[in-house]
Amino acid sequence: MSANTMQLVIHSSYFIAALLFIVGLQRMSSPVTARNGILWAGAGMVLATIVTFLYPGMSNFTLMIAAILSGSVIAWVSGKKVEMTDMPQMIALYNGMGGGAAAAIAAIELFGGKDHGLTFAILAILGGFIGAVSFSGSLVAFAKLQGFKNTTLRFPGQQFINLIILIGIAALGAYITIQHSSGNIVSLFFVLALLLGVTMTVPIGGADMPVVISLYNAFTGLAVAFEGFVQQNPAMIIAGTVVGAAGSLLTQLMAKAMNRSLAHVLFSGFGDAATESIEVKGSMKPIDATDVGVMMAFANKVLIVPGYGMAVAQAQHKVWELTQLLIERDVDVKFAIHPVAGRMPGHMNVLLAEAGVPYDIIYDENEINSEFESTDVALIIGANDVVNPVARTDPSSPIYGMPILNADYAKNVIVVKRGQGAGFSGIENALFFLDQTRMLYGDGQEMASELIQSVKSI
Amino acid sequence: MIEQIVQIDGFIALYIFMLAAFVGYEIIGKVPAILHTPLMSGSNFIHGIVLVGAMIALGQADTQLEKMIGFLGVFLGAGNAVGGYVVTERMLEMFKSSKDKKS
Repeated sequence: MSANTMQLVIHSSYFIAALLFIVGLQRMSSPVTARNGILWAGAGMVLATIVTFLYPGMSNFTLMIAAILSGSVIAWVSGKKVEMTDMPQMIALYNGMGGGAAAAIAAIELFGGKDHGLTFAILAILGGFIGAVSFSGSLVAFAKLQGFKNTTLRFPGQQFINLIILIGIAALGAYITIQHSSGNIVSLFFVLALLLGVTMTVPIGGADMPVVISLYNAFTGLAVAFEGFVQQNPAMIIAGTVVGAAGSLLTQLMAKAMNRSLAHVLFSGFGDAATESIEVKGSMKPIDATDVGVMMAFANKVLIVPGYGMAVAQAQHKVWELTQLLIERDVDVKFAIHPVAGRMPGHMNVLLAEAGVPYDIIYDENEINSEFESTDVALIIGANDVVNPVARTDPSSPIYGMPILNADYAKNVIVVKRGQGAGFSGIENALFFLDQTRMLYGDGQEMASELIQSVKSI
Repeated sequence: MIEQIVQIDGFIALYIFMLAAFVGYEIIGKVPAILHTPLMSGSNFIHGIVLVGAMIALGQADTQLEKMIGFLGVFLGAGNAVGGYVVTERMLEMFKSSKDKKS
């Protein structure tokens, strides 16, 4: 094959890969086609990787294959092993690796000190900067969610220090662009970028991590797109830009569902919302599982509102068993999912899917909220803030304005809860004190088992 | 560098950026909330294409330092692509409707 035919083969393959990525992503946007969407995208990736070995002027193949094998095996094994509840930090880790790879491409380009023109230099530097921030930031996010380091470090002047680092990076970046300098200056540039990723992420609380992970996902996409331009590779530009745009939108959707602005998440560090709360009148009224079982078995319509607490108690399988029993008794059972149930948007759906709950009885907040009024029993299990009616009624509450599930409109509300404490945000939940609310105290999994027994014995 | 049959200059790149950004935006806008986690993971997999870039960078590396960084880049890129694929596939595999289950 002549060099030109070779190039034609390579670039046609990259074109097909880019097409497969877009088709794959598009198919992933519906639960019916999602499963083969990832296969399409996967095929594109395999194709692009294989033809890259034919790329003109390449050497170092032994090193390359060793790197591919070691990276693949580690990722494959860890990806197969990870628990569904730990999915957010795993996504953060893989995303960070992508950011690191983009930074590495930029580093090679910059250390080479070649002069490809101003646009190239600027994009290489921007991509390297964003990639490096995404790399170290994602690693910190991973460490935090994994529990290696769950203290949230904050000190006065933190934002000021970040700003100084950012200015330093900008100055070095400009210097490299103009002087085509390599060596120590470039090293310093990357060290500062990596440092910024750490100092930016360390003060952010665990509750906000999903937003941050999504943001870094978009960052990595952008970095890949920039390095794609530097390498004149349209497949990288397209894939990176698509992810950058999609990730930015997803980040905004998440922030909105959590009632936080992105600026808030990044610059104020929350997850430690004010514990100051309004007096709630009334009392919490306990109930036992037998009564709840009877109530649900003879209801026409039951809505189950699961929260992360359910997943922590590993109760989702029991809850699905209970649901099946109720469906057999012709009770209309649906799951109502808040956009931020679980630890990232859509996480609860994954956890329910793992337990075998079909996706067509799972509804999100917009679809289901009008149905609470006609619901006989709303079973809240492991959820708290997302059903707190003060978000609708009390402008002084820190969660005011957050979209919630209107469980308080149901005829009866049953709350499965370990104890009497306040929720994740530390805000007292007015729902628990309503006349139609009963508290079922206990571990999620045990209570679900008792409910199953109760329904079975009828 | 070998003669290039693909040449992307300033404005062409800008057009590609614009169109691709719209594609990304449109695709996510339609996605139901239930798929947000797999989709984030899926898009995470897609930027694993950085592996290709890292391979080319390593393939053209000359000095010891460049080779080291290139190795790291390919290692990380492969981790991104493979890890992203495996977890996305595992999650999507579990999504079943009440019609196609009863297993």
